[in-house]
Amino acid sequence: MSTYLSKRLIYMFLILFAASLLIFCLYALTPGDFISGNIKLTPERKAELRDIYGLNKPLLERYGIWMSNAFRGDFGFSLAQQKPVLQLFNEYIWNSFLLAVVSTFLTWVIAVIVGVISAYKQYSWFDTLVMVAIFAAMSIPSFFIGLFLIKILAVDLKWLPPGGMLTTGSNATGIAYLKEVIHHMTLPVVVMTLLGVGSLTRYFRSNMIDVIKQDYIRTARAKGLTERKVLFTHALRNALLPAITLVGFELPALFGGSLIIEKIFNWPGIGQLYMQSFGLRDYPLLMGFTMFIAILTVLGTLISDILYHVADPRVRLQ
Amino acid sequence: MITTPTKLVNAKRTKDSPVKSSLFRQSIRKLSKNKLAVSGFVVVILMFVACFIGPLFSPYTDNKINMAMMNKAPHLKHWLGTDALGRDVLTRVLLAGRISLTVGLASMMLSVFIGSLLGALAGYYRGIVDQIIMRIADLLLTIPSLPLLFIFGALLSEWKIPTDYRMYIVMLMLSFVGWPGLARMVRGQMLSLREREFMQAAVVLGLRDRRKLFNHLLPNIVPLLIVIATLNIGGAILSESVLSFFGLGVMPPTPTWGNMIDAANNMIDFQERPWLWIPPGFSIFATVIAINIFGDGLRDVLDPKQKR
Amino acid sequence: MDNSIEIDHLSTYFYTEEGAVKAVDDVSFRVPLGQTVCIVGESGCGKSVTAMSIMGLVEEPGGKVISGKIDFSGEDLLKLDKHSLRSIRGNEIAMIFQEPMSSLNPVMKIGEQIMEPLIIHLKMSKKQARTRAIELIEQVGISRPEQIADSYPHELSGGMLQRIMIAIAISCNPKLLIADEPTTALDVTIQAQILDMLRDIKTNSNMSILLITHDLGVVAEMADYVIVMYSGKIVEEGEVVELFERPKHPYTKGLLKSKPIINQRLEELYSIPGQVPNPLDLQESCYFHDRCEQCMSICQTKQPQLQEVGTQQKVACWLYEEAVAHV
Repeated sequence: MSTYLSKRLIYMFLILFAASLLIFCLYALTPGDFISGNIKLTPERKAELRDIYGLNKPLLERYGIWMSNAFRGDFGFSLAQQKPVLQLFNEYIWNSFLLAVVSTFLTWVIAVIVGVISAYKQYSWFDTLVMVAIFAAMSIPSFFIGLFLIKILAVDLKWLPPGGMLTTGSNATGIAYLKEVIHHMTLPVVVMTLLGVGSLTRYFRSNMIDVIKQDYIRTARAKGLTERKVLFTHALRNALLPAITLVGFELPALFGGSLIIEKIFNWPGIGQLYMQSFGLRDYPLLMGFTMFIAILTVLGTLISDILYHVADPRVRLQ
Repeated sequence: MITTPTKLVNAKRTKDSPVKSSLFRQSIRKLSKNKLAVSGFVVVILMFVACFIGPLFSPYTDNKINMAMMNKAPHLKHWLGTDALGRDVLTRVLLAGRISLTVGLASMMLSVFIGSLLGALAGYYRGIVDQIIMRIADLLLTIPSLPLLFIFGALLSEWKIPTDYRMYIVMLMLSFVGWPGLARMVRGQMLSLREREFMQAAVVLGLRDRRKLFNHLLPNIVPLLIVIATLNIGGAILSESVLSFFGLGVMPPTPTWGNMIDAANNMIDFQERPWLWIPPGFSIFATVIAINIFGDGLRDVLDPKQKR
Repeated sequence: MDNSIEIDHLSTYFYTEEGAVKAVDDVSFRVPLGQTVCIVGESGCGKSVTAMSIMGLVEEPGGKVISGKIDFSGEDLLKLDKHSLRSIRGNEIAMIFQEPMSSLNPVMKIGEQIMEPLIIHLKMSKKQARTRAIELIEQVGISRPEQIADSYPHELSGGMLQRIMIAIAISCNPKLLIADEPTTALDVTIQAQILDMLRDIKTNSNMSILLITHDLGVVAEMADYVIVMYSGKIVEEGEVVELFERPKHPYTKGLLKSKPIINQRLEELYSIPGQVPNPLDLQESCYFHDRCEQCMSICQTKQPQLQEVGTQQKVACWLYEEAVAHV
C-alpha cells in the first residue's frame, strides 16, 4: 500500500508539473494581455508596466518565476484587482463552496432515495417516469435552464431574486442577512441540483439493480427481513460502496465553483471571478484558477482511490 | 447469480430455433420493442429532417433585413416571431439546427475516431506507446475542459478566424477535449479482450499486428463505440451551445442554437422578447434528450453489461 | 399432524416475452415430520422454483405462483399476508443455498449476519444475539468463533461459509430446513462434512429437511423419500430404498444408470440421450417421450398422471398405466 501510494504521489506531481507547463503555455500563447487591452494607456506607460510585471521576459523565464513562486505558495498578483491571486481566491471561494455544498448534498440525497426506489420497482410506471426525468436532467443546457428559470421565477413571477448574493445596497446582518442569502441562493442551487441529479440517480439506480439480483439479497429475504431492511441495509450498503469513489471526484466541483451557473446568476464565486478576469485577460488569475482546478482534480482522484481502499473490506485487506 | 427460467429458455433455444438471424437484425428487433428508445429515435430524425429540409419550405430563408418586421412577437406569418433585423425566428432556429447538429455529429465522429484509434493502439501495443498516449490523456483530463475551450475560443477571436471557418475549428476543439475519456475506455476494453482465448488463437495462427488489431479486436468494441458515439453527440451539442452562448464558439451571422440564446444577454430581449431565445434552448433540450434516450436504448441492446 | 409441510397442486409460472414457462406444474408432495425428502432432477426441472415458491420468494417480475396450497402448521402459506409470511421465513422455515460464496453479504461481518434473524424473530437484544451467534458458529464446527464473527465473508472458505449459512438457518430452530443444492459448489471432502452436519442437526432437533439436488449420491446418503422431477412435473416418487432398487420411470432408470458406480468400470458412462425439452413449447404429451427408449404412441399425445404403483411408490408413465389396468 505504501509503495503504491508513493508511486501515486510521484505520478501526481509529474502530471501536475506537465499540467502547469501546458496551462502556462496556453495562456502565454493567447495574444493580448491585460495591459494591451487597456486603451487609456500610452505606449510608454504600457512598456513600463510590462517591465514592472515582468511580461517582456522570455517565456521560459516567466514560467520559471511563476512556478518557483507557486511552490512558495504565491500564485501571483491579479493585475485587474491589484490583489494577490490567493487572497482573491480566499475571498470568492467560500461563496462558491456554499452553493456547491448545498446542491451536492441535495443531489446525493435525492439520487440515493429515488435511485433505490426506482431500482426496486424496475419497469414500473414510477421507474419509467424517473428514467425520463433522468434523461431530461442530463440533457438540459445549463445556461439555458438558468436563464429560463430566471425569466419565469424572477422576472415574471418575482418570487425569487434574479441574481447576486445580496440585494443591491443591502446591509442586512444576522438572521436577516442569512435569509437574504438563502433567498438568493435558492435558484442557483435548484439549477445545480437539477444538473447533477440525473446522472447520479441513474448511477445509483443501475448499481441497485445489479445489487438486488445478488444471492445475498435472496438470503436476506429468506431470513425474514422486511423489504425496507433488505433494501436500505443489505442492498444500499453494497450499492453505496462504489459510489464512495465519487466523493473524491466531487472535489473540483465543491471548491472550483461553476463557471456557467455563477456567471448566469451573477453569484460572487470563484467561477464568476474567472469569467470576469477572462474578459480582462488577467493572466495570473486565470492561470492560478486553472492550476487550482487541476490540483483539485488530481487530488480528488487520489482521495477516491484511497477511500475505495478504506471502504471495501474485500480490497482493504489485500 | 440466480438462474431464472428465462436464462434457461435462452440456453435451450439454440437447439430449437432454426433461423438464427444476424446480430444486427436481432438488435434492431430488440430495439424496436423499446418504445422509449423508438420515440427518441423518431424525435432525432424529425429534428434532422426539420432542420435540413424544413428551411426549404420557408419563405424567409434569404436572411433579408426587414425593418418593417423588427422584433415582432409570434403571430400567424411568423410562428416564432422575428428578431431585431426582422428575420423569421423559426427559420433561423432551423438553420441554426443545421449547424448545431452538424457540429455535434462531426465532432463526435472525430473524437470517436481519435479516441478509439489511440485507445486501441495503447491497449494493443502497451509498453511505451501506451505510456505516451495515456499520459497525454491523463494530462488533458486533469485540465478542466471549459477553461481550455475558453482559451481556444479566445485564440480564435484574436487570430481573426473568418466566421465561416470557425465552425470547423469548434469541431476540432470539441474533439480535442473529447478524445481522452474515450481513449481510456477503449484501452480498457482492449486490455481485457487481448487476454481472451480467441486473441490467443490469433497469436498462435501468427496473424500480423494490423490484422489482429483491425479484424479481430476492433470489431469487438464496435457495439460499445456505437453506443458511446450516440451519447456523445448530445454532449457535443451541449458543449457547442455553451461556447457559442459565451461568444467563443461559432459566431453570428452563422446561427447556432447557442449563439441565438446569446440574445438573452441583452436585458430587453431577455425580459421582453423570450421568443428570441427560448425556442433555440428548447431545441437543444429536445434534441439532446432524444439522443440520450435513444443512446440508452442502444446500450441496452448492444452492450448490456456496460450499463452504468 | 404428522406432516411438516404439505404442498398441494402447486403451479408456478414465469411469464417471459416469448410466452409462459410452467416452471412448476401441478406438483403435490409432503414432507413428514423429522424426515428428509429429496427432490431430484436436472437443472431447469423446477426443483429450485418449488423451494422458492414455498419461501414466497419467487422472483418478480415475471414469476408467479398460479395456484395450489402450501399447508404449513395448519396455515396456507400462499394465503398469508406479507408480514406473517416474513415471521415464518428464517424462523420456522429456513433455507440454505447453492453458492455460499455469494449468499452472504460481502460488506457485513459474519456475526452481524447471524445475529439478524435472532434479533427479528427471537427478539433478542444485540448482546444476547451476539453470544448466541458465537455459540452457533461453534455448533457448526468452526473454531475461534469470536474471531470468525468479526470477519467478512471473503476471508472464509466456501465450506466455512456454508457452515455459517447453516448456522444462520438453524439459529431460530426451524421446523423445516430447505437446502437447495447445499453441496454442489463445494469440494468433495467438504461435501461429506456438510451432509453429516445436516444429518446430525436433523436428528438432534427433530427438524424436517427438504433437500434439493441433482446428485444421486447425496440422495442415497440423505433421503428418506425421493421425488423425481422432470420439466416442472413429478414423474416418480417413493421411499429411497424402493426407488433406488426398483426404479419405475424410464427417466429415473436413466438417472440411476448414468451415475458412476465405484469398482465397476464401464467402457463409457451412460447418459440419457437428447436434451430437456424447451419449456416454452411443451405439447400435450409425456414430456420425456422424445428421450425415452420405451416410447409408445400414446406417450406422444397424452400426458400420463401420477399413479400409485406398488407400496409407497408413485410414477407418471404410460408403461405402468397399462400394467395397472391389466391387473
